[in-house]
Amino acid sequence: MGFPHPSHRQETPLLTRHFGEAEARTLDGWKKRGGYQALEKVLAMTPGEIVDIVKESGLRGRGGAGFPTGLKWSFMKPGDGKPHYLCCNADESEPGTFKDREVMRWTPHALVEGCAIAAYAIGAETTYIYIRGEFTEPLLRMERAVREAYDAGILGANAMGTGKRIDIYVHRGAGAYICGEETALMESLEGRRGNPRIKPPFPAVSGVFGQPTTINNVETLAAVPEILMKGAAWYKAMSLSNPKSTGTKLYSVCGNIRRPGTYEVVMGFPFKDFLHDVCGGALDGRKLKAVIPGGASVPIQTMEEAEATLMDYEGFAAQGSMLGSGGVIVIDDAQSMVAVIARLTRFFAHESCGQCTQCREGTAWTTKIVERIRDGHGTMEDLDTLVEIGENMTGTTICVLSDSCAVPVISGITKFRSEFESLIHGKRVHSVLTAVA
Amino acid sequence: MAEKKMVSLTIEGRPVSVPEGTSILEAAKVVGILIPHYCYHPGLPVAGVCRMCLVEVEKALKLAPSCATSVAEGQVVHVHTERALEARKGVLEFLLINHPLDCPICDQSGECELQDYTYQEGRADSRYRDPKRFNPVEDFGGDVLYVPNRCILCTRCVRFMDDVAHETVLNVSDRGDRAIIGKFEGKDLTHPWSGNVVDLCPVGALLSKDFLNKARAWELDRVASICPSCTQGCNITIETRDSQVARLKPRPNEDVNRFFMCDYGRLNYRWMNRTDRAELPLVRTEGELRSIDWDIAIHAAASLLRDARTFVLASPMLSNEALHLLSRLMQRKGGAGAFRVATGEEAPLAGVEDLALRRDRAANVNGAQMFGFQRSERPLEAMRDGDVLVIADDDLTGIAADEVARASQVIVIGTTLPGAASAAAVLLPITNFSEEEGTFTNLRGRVQRFMQARPAPGLARPSWLVLGDLLGALREQDSFYLPSDVFAKIASSHPAFSGLSYESLGMRGLPVLESETAGAAR
Repeated sequence: MGFPHPSHRQETPLLTRHFGEAEARTLDGWKKRGGYQALEKVLAMTPGEIVDIVKESGLRGRGGAGFPTGLKWSFMKPGDGKPHYLCCNADESEPGTFKDREVMRWTPHALVEGCAIAAYAIGAETTYIYIRGEFTEPLLRMERAVREAYDAGILGANAMGTGKRIDIYVHRGAGAYICGEETALMESLEGRRGNPRIKPPFPAVSGVFGQPTTINNVETLAAVPEILMKGAAWYKAMSLSNPKSTGTKLYSVCGNIRRPGTYEVVMGFPFKDFLHDVCGGALDGRKLKAVIPGGASVPIQTMEEAEATLMDYEGFAAQGSMLGSGGVIVIDDAQSMVAVIARLTRFFAHESCGQCTQCREGTAWTTKIVERIRDGHGTMEDLDTLVEIGENMTGTTICVLSDSCAVPVISGITKFRSEFESLIHGKRVHSVLTAVA
Repeated sequence: MAEKKMVSLTIEGRPVSVPEGTSILEAAKVVGILIPHYCYHPGLPVAGVCRMCLVEVEKALKLAPSCATSVAEGQVVHVHTERALEARKGVLEFLLINHPLDCPICDQSGECELQDYTYQEGRADSRYRDPKRFNPVEDFGGDVLYVPNRCILCTRCVRFMDDVAHETVLNVSDRGDRAIIGKFEGKDLTHPWSGNVVDLCPVGALLSKDFLNKARAWELDRVASICPSCTQGCNITIETRDSQVARLKPRPNEDVNRFFMCDYGRLNYRWMNRTDRAELPLVRTEGELRSIDWDIAIHAAASLLRDARTFVLASPMLSNEALHLLSRLMQRKGGAGAFRVATGEEAPLAGVEDLALRRDRAANVNGAQMFGFQRSERPLEAMRDGDVLVIADDDLTGIAADEVARASQVIVIGTTLPGAASAAAVLLPITNFSEEEGTFTNLRGRVQRFMQARPAPGLARPSWLVLGDLLGALREQDSFYLPSDVFAKIASSHPAFSGLSYESLGMRGLPVLESETAGAAR
């Protein structure tokens, strides 16, 4: 459903089905809509069976990296004598991304149920939902849902009367983008400064409190109950293009588009139809120029690339970008690409944790140069410098924030070089002036 | 150690075998390759944040941080490929864009890793055209000053305080390019070992207030030595400028002090530069101390000692060599000897086993005991009336002149002539610890060598030479020509030292025989 707009006929609402229904937020309302049946069902199964079903379904991480969820769960070896942990990454801070927020606002019990199933599947007694510091309403919704689930005996020492312990804690972050990086999230959860850790060891070996940990995105976990209710084959069938990408994906669409909102379509849906039809296309008198399809840290697509894209992990990669988190930022011809990129780099410079040299210095330096070009004080050498800085920032640091900052700069200069050059040469020719006039 | 599995790999074409779990950076050291690095330090937990030590590992997609990457069987590592060099050059450029480049007024200049690696593989110019960030200098308390503009955020200082000193004082405040090293509210770098952060800092961001603007690194002469300020025996380097001790720095020794030394020891060096020293041999003639030839002074002392019982008041700051010769002097006619020790609070460094600023604030307490001197708060009590008193570099603080006067004669073999011994018959001026060579025995019975760092004042001679000549004049033995000869004599006459020599001690020292130290090391 294109919340807050009515559902579009080409959408496939699974997670978004109950968006906008206040009653679905409550336990009773959720149960009325079939809630917690999946949990009841899986508690009678063995963890291995659950992992196999999720593996078979082809569900992949919806946070950005697209790692197969079932495979990730299978890294948690049962009977290793250590406490296992599940982390739900609800620190959704990627610019342009707000799908998890809507899941938590409208269907908090879907996430609670998903967490409970995943926790059981990986042998974790404790789950932490690490929620973004600025998410006040989602926090309240989640806390209420967890409390309701405890009161109803769904969670706790005797989850659903099965004698199994499933605990969920909602932890509120303090508002740092970097804490959405999985290892920084764990540092933050443990009470330390949210700096990403060196990998290896990976979380499945040493995660929260040094114990085996699985960390999943909100959307990933919220999709789990449905898969276990309807089966892997049903989920796997939802794929219009590449069989490696299955199910539905939420997209939060923002920017210069007629109907911004949260949409849900099947993997492989044509991006052209999505933009022009489902989301309503460009505003009156404007023309779409570029799209950042997966949150601020993926490469910018030109409209030609975007319109040729099929919306799945492979489809976006084939057209020079990434599916990422599904935060679609639409940019039309009234915008200066340089100004857009300057805003993005400023964000990354602000949010860099500052431990790695390339990121600490590179994000800030990049921002200074891009802003200088934007303000008409750039030189042609600056463009070469920017690309070289970007290359030095790519693949050399602990986490990918540094790479993420370089991405819009390098893709922007490559694909929209003329806009940079005209600003450098003192010609403010982008069409915003003509469009407004 | 022996059970640990060995891993074989190739670094820059050189084959090397190291124990499993070793980092590539450490393995490279084994074959003589220093991979540039900032945040890594062998005495601290690995942070992997400076990204300077990136190297190319064959078959790996990305460059590997060599400090945080363990060796693997058959790995082929390239340190100097174009890709690795480009990456490190990039890091150096990033580190320098906000660096003030104030090397001409920076204390670290000349021993700065940022300078070294930039000369080695950095860019000749900068492409940075914007204003540099600025943060004011901050007093971190203790002996430490923080210059944030020079800081590269390697976090060695933070990790030292957290993981070695076990006192959380420093942190990284703010984030991104605004990040600086901060202090927690109400905390200061007052931990007794916090001065080490200055040594650990690879750039000029953390400076010693004591050394501030005192000397340029390249003006200093460096000599291997042992810290004389307590019985721990930390290995140090004495750094002198124009023959004046300018500062003391720790010298790594895995068996004693790892990479560290305490602030007390570090700052307790001014006495070595004392100028009010005894510089000429003096002999009392016609009621007055007059300067005279060394030979005559030695014979004057010998004639006083020849037939008398001798009592030696020794200093626990003297070398094993001097103490050995003194003990022979005192044993000649059934005499005795004593010494006293200044004490203070013990201050351990929590993160390193058996490392502390010890209660006994003198270098060779163990040696003095092993050579038969009695430890005493009132050392002259054991002296019999009529003994010849040899005062061997005790400054007599707190000892009254009439106590000294119980002796029939007083011979001072020291760096100064104490007021309470002004009635002495002979003064033989000796060099202090920094002006001579010798060995100390630390509280665990480890014998360690120290070297001469500065010239002797006036006609003062090394203690071992003076005492050797004195024994020679007493027909006890031939003169010694080298301190190693004295040590060879110790090794042949004291069972605990048997088998040891200056050569076998090297610069890291060796323990004396276990069985012999059990009693001495309390």
